[in-house]
Amino acid sequence: MHPVTPVRTYVLIWLTLTILTFVTFYVSTINLGALNIVVALGIAFTKMMLVIWFFMHVRTDNPLTKLFVFAGFFWMAILLALTLGDYFSRAWMPLGKFW
Amino acid sequence: MGQQFDSATFGMWVFLLTEIMFFGGMFGAYTVYRSMYPEAFAATSNFMNPAFGAANTAVLIVSSLTMALAVRAAHLGQQKILQIMLVLTMIFGTAFLVIKGFEYHEHWVDMKVPLFPGHWAWDGPLAPPQFAHQAQILFCFYFFMTGFHAIHMVVGLGIMTTILLMARKGSFGPTYYTPVEVSGLYWHFVDIVWIFLFPLLYLIGHTKNLI
Repeated sequence: MHPVTPVRTYVLIWLTLTILTFVTFYVSTINLGALNIVVALGIAFTKMMLVIWFFMHVRTDNPLTKLFVFAGFFWMAILLALTLGDYFSRAWMPLGKFW
Repeated sequence: MGQQFDSATFGMWVFLLTEIMFFGGMFGAYTVYRSMYPEAFAATSNFMNPAFGAANTAVLIVSSLTMALAVRAAHLGQQKILQIMLVLTMIFGTAFLVIKGFEYHEHWVDMKVPLFPGHWAWDGPLAPPQFAHQAQILFCFYFFMTGFHAIHMVVGLGIMTTILLMARKGSFGPTYYTPVEVSGLYWHFVDIVWIFLFPLLYLIGHTKNLI
């Protein structure tokens, strides 16, 4: 069981998520070169962490669930890193402008 | 009861992590193709309507707030607020799908559905002819990723209907609100998928800097 989170916390998180949506929309209209994708993914990641931590109550979950959630995301990071590492290191693929 | 609640939450996270793998694979494939054809993807993104995408993001975030408040009301045994919040969540979820429907319709009229023969056309000043084939890749990603997301939304609405029916019978209270909590986890997860889809599908062409 979780302790009850105050309504104010939920509303503040919602407000932050909405503001971050406007920020990501606005930043996409500015040309930052390669930084655009970094900022976009950084904001998306921040929003995801807010949702997981507060809305999904991982903040007050027991250590086992916390560890498991972290391990799941870490595992996906391994899969993506190895897959992309494979593709990006192939000489015959027309890559290189992305980064 | 506390241990049951923890087990159910844990089990739901096990399921959600398989979902993360499912969507993660699509995001990985998207990354590979986008890095192969960055200019084509940026040009194609000009045919997405960011207003639809932004509106849907806002709607989904509000629905996550009402869902979180529904779980809170169930926990506190506030039956009336619980039902109101569940109905609001379903209204916002339906609004998302309606907006998505209008958007799909726009692509259909605009001849931007490469999955159906005869519904793809690549012409006009915004469509560089050299990207005629590569543009179809982004639209296939778009329809598969938003399509699977929309299916998850429909499933979520079904779950919410069940939870609402249970709530009307007064099944939930301070000692037992596990179904509301785990349904909330699912709903928030679907929200998270959209949080990533929005910038990756709608906002990549805006800069005109071709990455």
